[in-house]
Amino acid sequence: MTDIINLAGVSRMFASDPPVAALTDVNLRVRPGDYVSIVGPSGSGKSTLLNILGLLDLPDSGTYHLEGRETTRLDDVTRTALRGARLGFVFQSFHLLAHRDVMENVMLGDLYTGGRRRDRRERATAALDRVGMGHRLHFRPGHLSGGERQRVAIARALIGTPALLLCDEPTGNLDSVNTAAVLDLFDDLRAAGTTLVVITHDETVSRRAGRRVRIADGRLTEIPVAAEVTVPLPVLGGTR
Amino acid sequence: MIGRRRLSGIPISRLDARDLAGEALAGIGVRPARTALTVLATVLGIGTLVTTLGVSATAGNQIAGRFDAVTATEVTVDVAVPASPDSPPAVRWEALDDLSRLNGVTAVAAYAKTAAGSEASVRANTVRDPERVLDRALPVAGSTATLPDAARTGIALGRFFDAGHIARRDRVAVLGAQAAEQLGLSRVDNQPAVFVAGTPFVVIGILAPIGRADQQILAGSVIVPFTTGDETLHLGPLATVVITTALGAAPLIAQQAPAALSPNDPAVVQVHAPPDPAGLRTGVADDVSGLLLILGVVSLVVGALGIANVTLVTVIERTAEIGLRRALGARRRHIAAQFLLESTAVGLLGGIAGASTGIVAVVVISVARDWTPVLDVRLAAGAPLAGALVGLLAGLYPALRAARMQPVDALRGPA
Repeated sequence: MTDIINLAGVSRMFASDPPVAALTDVNLRVRPGDYVSIVGPSGSGKSTLLNILGLLDLPDSGTYHLEGRETTRLDDVTRTALRGARLGFVFQSFHLLAHRDVMENVMLGDLYTGGRRRDRRERATAALDRVGMGHRLHFRPGHLSGGERQRVAIARALIGTPALLLCDEPTGNLDSVNTAAVLDLFDDLRAAGTTLVVITHDETVSRRAGRRVRIADGRLTEIPVAAEVTVPLPVLGGTR
Repeated sequence: MIGRRRLSGIPISRLDARDLAGEALAGIGVRPARTALTVLATVLGIGTLVTTLGVSATAGNQIAGRFDAVTATEVTVDVAVPASPDSPPAVRWEALDDLSRLNGVTAVAAYAKTAAGSEASVRANTVRDPERVLDRALPVAGSTATLPDAARTGIALGRFFDAGHIARRDRVAVLGAQAAEQLGLSRVDNQPAVFVAGTPFVVIGILAPIGRADQQILAGSVIVPFTTGDETLHLGPLATVVITTALGAAPLIAQQAPAALSPNDPAVVQVHAPPDPAGLRTGVADDVSGLLLILGVVSLVVGALGIANVTLVTVIERTAEIGLRRALGARRRHIAAQFLLESTAVGLLGGIAGASTGIVAVVVISVARDWTPVLDVRLAAGAPLAGALVGLLAGLYPALRAARMQPVDALRGPA
């Protein structure tokens, strides 16, 4: 089966004085159905890696195959199309439109990718049901808790049936109960076959992933799975 | 495009027109108060333009339509006084016949009059009363028999003199209403006499009020047959020709009168005719509209700057939204189109509201002035389009800025 992600020798420098090497010779393979966490402190190159994985930024060197397709030489329009069609983003600050209700926010995920208008509403409802938000269709984001907002954002990412869900500090703005609910949701999604890459600085969050990758000073190191076994799971809330 | 699609296997992002419209409308609706204020300047601009053009069209039409039936038919000709008393008159009395034959002339009269400052001394009797001054200095006019018709007056008492009186050089007089009052005459059935410079005249009639604004002097005058006047009072050749015309004929008659009256030297006569209605209309339109049109255009420019400013602020405020949309697969042109459509819709809203306001204003002004409102359909239809165009132009720069944003930077922007 084709890898979802295959980063090979990716480097990214930022022109400043002195130049900052945000990523150095990064190699990463993510297979379908993987749940990978990338953990590292701030300034370690997490955001740069996410931007490159999300086709929002281009590496200076190396190759990035997304579902077997080389992306670093694609033009902006095609990368934009690929991003919209194959990637789902989940952000720390949710990025929900405050003046649109939950349903409209989720439908936004399908606006530019050529999804059929006719059944967009049904697909949005289905996505919201998947994240357990089917009872809040016409709420404004302002009337939702942080965890609920993040679940709406996840539903927005899921509506386009992406190959990969890219999550950037998805629990960074959430309390422990809401964090647990979102992590439980990730487990469910993974069980249903979704490929997840979660970028976080929180060890607790990272431990829930099937594979753990540490990033420090722009370099990746895989954390052995064995390490995970001995660590007790955090207390999970009942909001599942 | 096809090749690129095949290469990547991914169809390029697209945005349905209905979705674009929906997103733009939702964007406008986020801040209704701000949108309303932004619209206001455009409303003022378009409203001023529509009102100005509408009112000037209405007023112009009004001048043409209701153009005063009375003044439009009045022509007065002043004849220059001959250089010496012995030289032949510039205009002979007989020339009036030539003038009256012109098509469109309804009445012609002429008179010679005592010059201002040398009015004749007129009294109603010969009694010498040391306690009262009975002499009145009144203008005396030697006139043709057609004067009441031409001067739009009538006879209040008695009668006017006729061609027989003129031919016989009868010493009869008709008094203007004020002149009769000053002389203390209120009846003519007892055939009273007035003494003009010592010469007695039988008063045979008193005039009703004068209808023509430019002939009010006759109300205070003593009017005698021109033959008698020339013989006994030396009033001289005719000095004023009073013409009434059929409706609309005044400009033509004014043009033809000099040649008819004085074929040898048309320049000796000076014609006073009502202004040409067409000229009047353009004059009014120019005067009234010029300034207001400038005002309207200025408001429109202000409106455009307002829309540009607010759209720019909106773009910066919604940086995170732009980043999100780019992450969701929106192309630069989708972002630009959304903001352009938003500013265009704001302009269109302003245009519609401004056109409506302007039309209502034109109707209200027309009702207040008792006019018939005249509205150009093209104006009513074009005003909203002009508003939309203003919005479109104003949105160009902000939309370009929005489209140029890098998604990575935009996602970090204000959420």
